[in-house]
Amino acid sequence: MTNPAEMLDRLSTVRGIRGSVLVSASDGLAVVESLMAGVDGRAVAALAASLVNRLRRATECAGRREPVFLQLHAAGGTVLAAPCGAELVLVAIAGPDTNVGLARLEMLDVVGRLA
Amino acid sequence: MRTVEPWVKAPLERFLAESSARLTLLMTSSGQVVAQHGFTRSVDVMTAAALGAAIVASTQEIARLVGEARFLSLVHQGVAQHVFLSGFETPRGRWIGLVVFDGESTVGLVQLFFDRLVQDLVAAAPREAPVERPLAENFERELNASLRALFGR
Repeated sequence: MTNPAEMLDRLSTVRGIRGSVLVSASDGLAVVESLMAGVDGRAVAALAASLVNRLRRATECAGRREPVFLQLHAAGGTVLAAPCGAELVLVAIAGPDTNVGLARLEMLDVVGRLA
Repeated sequence: MRTVEPWVKAPLERFLAESSARLTLLMTSSGQVVAQHGFTRSVDVMTAAALGAAIVASTQEIARLVGEARFLSLVHQGVAQHVFLSGFETPRGRWIGLVVFDGESTVGLVQLFFDRLVQDLVAAAPREAPVERPLAENFERELNASLRALFGR
C-alpha cells in the first residue's frame, strides 16, 4: 500500500488518533489529510511544519542528527510529528486516551514507506 | 511599524509577531497606504503599494475570465524571499495586504495568520467613522500627512 491517503486513513484507526496530515515542510501546506470534523488541518499543517523546521535547526545547531520523532504533550492531547525526508512531515493529532507507542510505530512505518 | 490609523496597530503587531513576516503593507484597493512594517524608504512603500494594487486588479480580471468573482490570495515564490498578496473586505472598504517573507516563515503560516489579521481588523475597525473621498486640492496635504505617519518625518 503506497497511496498516502490510504496510509493516513490506516493511521486514523489507531485508538484516540483524531487525524493526520502529510505536510510540505518548506511551505507549511497540507499535501494529504485525514482529519475528524472540527480539526483545522490548515492550522495544524502550518504550525507543525514550523515547529519541525525550528526543531531541525535547533538540533543542527546543537551538533545533533535530524530529529526523527516529535511528541508534544498538551492538556487535552498530544501532537505527534515525524519528518519524512527533507520535504514532508507527517503530523498526527492524538487525544488523551491515545496509545502513543502504537501511534508512533504506525507513523514511523508510514514514514518508512513514503521516504 | 507605522500606521496611518491607530486601530490598525494592535492587529498588525500580532500578525507580525506570529507570522515572522519581513515586510508588510496594508493599503486600500486604490493603493493608498494604511500601514507598513519593514520598509525604510517612502519611495519603496509607494512603489510596492502601487504595484501590489495593480497586481491584485489584474488578477481580478483573470479570475473573471475563468469564472471566479476574485482570487482570495496570490503567492509569488522566490528563491529566498516570497510575496503574499490578498484583498479583503473591511468596514472601511476593500483593502489589500502585501507580505514579504523568507525562510523564517512559510506560506502556510502567512496565510493562516493573515486570515486572523483580517478578522482582527474587521473587529477593530470603528463602524461610525466617515469615509472621506480624497479631494484633488487635499491630495498633496493628505499624502504628506500619510508619509509623516508612516515614516515619522
